[in-house]
Amino acid sequence: MEFLRPADWTEALAAKAAHPSAVPIAGGTDVMVEINFGLRRPDALIDLNRIVELREWEVGADTVRLGAAVPYSRIIDELPTELPGLALAAHTVGSPQIRNRGGVGGNLGAASPAGDSHPPLLAAGAEVEVASVRGTRRIPVEEFYTGVKRNALAPDELIRCVHIKRADGPQQFSKVGTRNAMVIAVCAFGLALHPATRTVGTGLGSVAPTPVRAGAAERFLEQALDEAGLWDSGGVVPPAVAGKFADLVVAAANPIDDVRGTAGYRRHALAVLARRTLDWVWDEYRGKEWGRACA
Amino acid sequence: MRVSFTVNGRRHEADDVWEGESLLFVLRERLGLPGSKNACEQGECGSCTVRLDGEVVCACLVAAGQAQGREVRTVEGLADGAGPPGGLAPIQQAFVDAGAVQCGFCTPGLLVTADALLERQPSPSDADIREALSGNLCRCTGYEKILDAVRLAAARSAAGAAPTAPGPEAPPAPRSEPEPGE
Amino acid sequence: MDILRTPTDLAQRGHGGVGESASRPDGVLKVTGEFAYASDLWARDMLWGHTLRSPHAHAEIVSVDTTEALSVPGVHAVLTHADLPAATHYGLEIPDQPVLAGDVVRYHGEPVALVAADHPETARRAAARIRVEYAELPLVTDESTATAPGAPVLHPNRSDHYADRVPHPNVVHHQPVRRGDLAAAKARAEVVVTGEYELGMQDQAPLGPESGLAVPAEDGGVDLYVATQWLHVDREQLAPVLGLPRELVRLTLSGVGGAFGAREDLSMQAHACLLALRTGRPVKMVYSRDESFVGHVHRHPARLRYEHGATRDGRLVYVRGRIVLDGGAYASSSPAVVGNAASLGLGPYVCDTVDIEALALYTNNPPCGAMRGFGAVQACFAYESQMDRLAAELGMDPVSLRQLNAMSQGATMPTGQPVDAPAPVAELLRLVRDRPLPPPRQWETAVGTGTGFDLRALPGGLSNTTRGEGVVRGVGYAVGIKNVGFSEGYDDYSTARVRLEVVNGEPVVLVHTAMAEVGQGGVTVQAQIARTELGVAKVVLHPADTRVGSAGSTSASRQTYMTGGAVRNTCLLVREEVLRLGRERLGDTHPGWRGDGLWLRDGAVVTAGGEVLADLAQVLGDDVIDLEREFRHRPTEPLDPENGQGFGHVQYSFCAHRAVVEVDAELGLVKVVELAAAQDVGRAMNPQAVVGQIHGGSVQGLGLAVMEEIVVADGARVRNPSFTDYLIPTILDTPTMPVDVLELADEHAPYGLRGIGEAPTLSSTPAVVAAIRAATGLALRRVPVRPEHLTGT
Repeated sequence: MEFLRPADWTEALAAKAAHPSAVPIAGGTDVMVEINFGLRRPDALIDLNRIVELREWEVGADTVRLGAAVPYSRIIDELPTELPGLALAAHTVGSPQIRNRGGVGGNLGAASPAGDSHPPLLAAGAEVEVASVRGTRRIPVEEFYTGVKRNALAPDELIRCVHIKRADGPQQFSKVGTRNAMVIAVCAFGLALHPATRTVGTGLGSVAPTPVRAGAAERFLEQALDEAGLWDSGGVVPPAVAGKFADLVVAAANPIDDVRGTAGYRRHALAVLARRTLDWVWDEYRGKEWGRACA
Repeated sequence: MRVSFTVNGRRHEADDVWEGESLLFVLRERLGLPGSKNACEQGECGSCTVRLDGEVVCACLVAAGQAQGREVRTVEGLADGAGPPGGLAPIQQAFVDAGAVQCGFCTPGLLVTADALLERQPSPSDADIREALSGNLCRCTGYEKILDAVRLAAARSAAGAAPTAPGPEAPPAPRSEPEPGE
Repeated sequence: MDILRTPTDLAQRGHGGVGESASRPDGVLKVTGEFAYASDLWARDMLWGHTLRSPHAHAEIVSVDTTEALSVPGVHAVLTHADLPAATHYGLEIPDQPVLAGDVVRYHGEPVALVAADHPETARRAAARIRVEYAELPLVTDESTATAPGAPVLHPNRSDHYADRVPHPNVVHHQPVRRGDLAAAKARAEVVVTGEYELGMQDQAPLGPESGLAVPAEDGGVDLYVATQWLHVDREQLAPVLGLPRELVRLTLSGVGGAFGAREDLSMQAHACLLALRTGRPVKMVYSRDESFVGHVHRHPARLRYEHGATRDGRLVYVRGRIVLDGGAYASSSPAVVGNAASLGLGPYVCDTVDIEALALYTNNPPCGAMRGFGAVQACFAYESQMDRLAAELGMDPVSLRQLNAMSQGATMPTGQPVDAPAPVAELLRLVRDRPLPPPRQWETAVGTGTGFDLRALPGGLSNTTRGEGVVRGVGYAVGIKNVGFSEGYDDYSTARVRLEVVNGEPVVLVHTAMAEVGQGGVTVQAQIARTELGVAKVVLHPADTRVGSAGSTSASRQTYMTGGAVRNTCLLVREEVLRLGRERLGDTHPGWRGDGLWLRDGAVVTAGGEVLADLAQVLGDDVIDLEREFRHRPTEPLDPENGQGFGHVQYSFCAHRAVVEVDAELGLVKVVELAAAQDVGRAMNPQAVVGQIHGGSVQGLGLAVMEEIVVADGARVRNPSFTDYLIPTILDTPTMPVDVLELADEHAPYGLRGIGEAPTLSSTPAVVAAIRAATGLALRRVPVRPEHLTGT
């Protein structure tokens, strides 16, 4: 095994081009587990810790450019207003120790359906910026996941950052695990309201081979809110609408039975999360309490 | 490969490190610092918790090469600068006094984590303590006496600090400050 | 040979005798990171051992080819069954377990071959190059498949002493306990409740992985530094396997990172020794977490069927029970687990008519053996669930029903054994019931978030699943009974060596036992006893090893009783010798020497009235008193094979719990808000350590109630061998745990003490489940309770 230590992004891309089978490692929270347990023996590791720009974020007019290796703990502390859904999700990642090391780039690279950052990225709307010595491209996040633990990266590409839409309305993230901390998602749900465009975004985790959006549920809810004039009136979302929304969210799922939970439970819990998070975001929208994070 | 970094203020070098080794393995097996513990090696127990450039991390998930040139602090260095040589850091003393140690395998990681908490937040609430320690598994104590120990260390440091009237900017007082033991 | 981090003496010049919360003699070493655990050992030129394990649960081994593995640079040895030098099987009671599998593997993860190499990664790579050809065999996984006509017999040609008594060769042991006239009692019963219950496979999950260092010695023997629960029983099993006389197999206890039963059976001990003897080099073995999960025995999963008959006013008339325990592929301690389940299967209640049978199966599931509370934990979940059902059927308060039927001193066990020590069962229930309840909806009053709710106090915790929606509260109670010490006629003893001398004018006591300190605080108590009995401040604890006689196992809640008893006993003999020497040397100097009741205090001989007669330095001079003696508890008897009658147990231990839970009933997520315990400890030798044991045991029971299970599926394979998927409670899953401690002396025991470690693990599980039932109205017959059970999905 080789251990490559690029000093900057250019060197990193050159290293990846020269060693397409090399595995990039930043927080190590996935890669090292596989190495420690003998599940993976890459020819080379590319250490991304020394590349300063991967650990930087920048807030633009409409989007946040989030470096691939900005640790979750900094997302929680520094971006709760701009990226409330992602900050909530970051707070559910592993343990404080993991949150100090892991970042969104690792979640995307691993592309596990259980990765906690996927649902809020899907709900908010995001593009993954990947690069190689051949150039840079942006991939809409919903196109980034191509299968169970597979993604759209070419062998010579690395994830540089994610461009995430700044919150223009309330966002929520909720995940079910069978322990009250440090737990992998049995299922997870992210929801974002975009009052300016009168649209909503969703993201589902651990209920399909890849993280997915519930497009039909989004369209239904947008239409229902519009038709009832609720964006303007701030009226209560009728239970029937919330119920139908939850049903459509579940319809987008394709869960399996595994040691963490049954497919039936995942569907059930997803519906509950969809209803509850809709309640929470809509309450916040009505009360204009945007950006007030809780513990 | 060769890896060199600072541990508890001292420069260390390790040779012939296999590239897949973790910082934890290098600390324990190559540098003679086995205080950080090898309970799960998958970031799910916190027994190997160390400070890496000040951040609380699982040493099992840091590739040895990633520690190159960086500063690591382990349980062995917790008492450095905390009093006379050979003495204990306040959090260490509190763990002993409160009966927070049974088998002790989780203790080094808990101490490093709790020490960092109190550095950041000298008077944490019970819920804050629980959240901060939620990545450190203990199988013996049921955590009650670990909570006691952290409260005790916080109370002792508050009692030791110069008394000032609590202003609006003062951190909230602990919700309960029971004496260790029952 | 340079060996680093072997255990050293623990010296403490301290305070704290019996009854005080003395601090641990190893406490400072443990908080500084200097305490030497078995995985911390290091020796010059040491090799790393690695185990190749079976991917199948039941298969014939057709062939094994180690050629390629041996050719890996850095590999020093590869061993298979064919290389074993002497005995090929071992076992705690029945030697039915192969050191390395021979013709057949019987469970997923069974050791097949060993590698020693100069780096753990090299050893892993070489093991992956051992070619093993398997032919899979049909599986036996539960009672119906194990005892079906034509079922594969997992251990043909059994010669163990249970073989002739069992109903089927795939039954390890079978024990009925029968008392009273069942037909007559059934006729008297006005209310009958029946129930079937199931417990999943719990794991001890000690944080310290199985580890040790075997060092070959010049005399042809081997020195093994290891984390274990019982050095001498390890040696009894190792010597025949290594083909060495017992005295050439020397064991020293290294730091133990928790045990809870997982270290009572051999894991890496024989493997490391075999590799060390083969290579002539020290060999270190450290299991990874996934290996640990298949490399030690688990708690027996169980299926239980109970029938309780009672009068309309709530008195138990009869209890029938059938307890089927899955022992997995090898016997381990299954016979004792069966004995406990059967003899304690009624619970801490009085009932004249009992018909309970327990049995353990051989299956192709992972071997099960010792875990905290064994046998009694499984029964307690079922009989306490039954008591709640009976209370509901009768319209009675569940605590009152239990109190009405609670045993007390003078009661008779279903085995016919009289309960001849305090049994304050009703009082323990009263203590937990009378505590004020924690305020409801604490998440709303929690401080620090500014949003009016604190996720950390809600079911789901940090995962942000509720702000109170769907959350309902419930309260549940349970009480249990556990035996202390080894039962059923076992010659259970411990040994202590105590040495008293004066060094530089200061009296020093050295205590040397083979007791495994696994975290329980036995070393603390030993030092307290020595200080109390010999009046000496400085106590040195010698590392535990096989140079002193056996201390027995650190299990069955027995070490404070047994090795504490042994230390006390030997201290008293040392004291007698001091007084004899004093009378001989100084008897003429003071009339007080002729009086009775002389004792030792503050390094001096004092009269019963406290007058100082002489310093120990004056009495002893340069003489050293050094005694080693065995201590036995009162004898027990085997249980009758037909009806289970007999004086089977040494002592009983009782604990009661009240659990308060908040359940998100819509999502099926549970937050235990408070878990109150009350336990009779006879004498609190170290009150702080007593409470620590009760807390720890309670949380292991909580874990079994709501999250802990080894999932065995897909061909009897362990599906979740990791801390990612075998979940144990975090600090955000554990509640506040107020504890009431009663000290009602047992006159048969040293200091009146009672073994305490296991009882809290029993009642915690049914109390939590009862609380969840109360919150949700669901029947909940199985633990761990999963969200699926709570949501009907």
